[in-house]
Amino acid sequence: MSETIKKFLYVNRKAPYGTIYAQESLEVVLIGAAFDQDVSLAFLDDGVFQLTKGQNTKEIGLKNFSATYRALGDYEVTKLYVEKESLEERGLTLDDLQNIEYEDEDDDYAEKPSIRLVTRAEMADVMADQDVVLSF
Amino acid sequence: MAYEVNGATIEHDEEGYITTLSEWSKELADIIAAAESVDMGEEHWAVVNFLRDYYEEYQIAPAVRVLIKSIKKSMGPEVGNNKYMYELFPYGPAKQACKIAGLPKPTGCV
Repeated sequence: MSETIKKFLYVNRKAPYGTIYAQESLEVVLIGAAFDQDVSLAFLDDGVFQLTKGQNTKEIGLKNFSATYRALGDYEVTKLYVEKESLEERGLTLDDLQNIEYEDEDDDYAEKPSIRLVTRAEMADVMADQDVVLSF
Repeated sequence: MAYEVNGATIEHDEEGYITTLSEWSKELADIIAAAESVDMGEEHWAVVNFLRDYYEEYQIAPAVRVLIKSIKKSMGPEVGNNKYMYELFPYGPAKQACKIAGLPKPTGCV
């Protein structure tokens, strides 16, 4: 394993089912998580819909993969940045999103929220702080 | 390619993973295990049941690292360690146990 840990940010901008981007992004994140890097996810524009509660894909014949976001904590992916303005522009609030938590091993496995609400300006700082940014 | 269970034919892919997840049964698990030369004991079943519960909840089969960590938490370090898990499932606890559990090959296994 390489000594150098890089900061990876996966940027998600598209609604979950109209295209394959959201599902592919999640798949890459899960595979990439095996490489012990510092991984974060960003959700902006229509990408915020990926995290919404109560998704139902029955009528479109696609797999509902929204439950898989709740497994990210098991893969030590614990930073899900959600852009406040993108939520507001779509009439959404944090309450419309799934409750996604991770267990903090350094804090007696306390369950902590993975979703971090950030403003557009803060999101720019998050992006500027990365070594690698992958857009989906 | 298919398994035969009580007269029913259950299709699988070239690696032995069943194609329709809802066709799984405990009888089928025993047949797949036999084909893999795995003798299903209580601990094998615990792993298989854990995988099925995990898939039900999160819609993915966990990576082997995640599987072992979770088993360690639920069943203790005597079972939840690399060595023991490979003794239970010599061809890989995630890969082989998922096949027996009727789940797709875990994400990240190439």
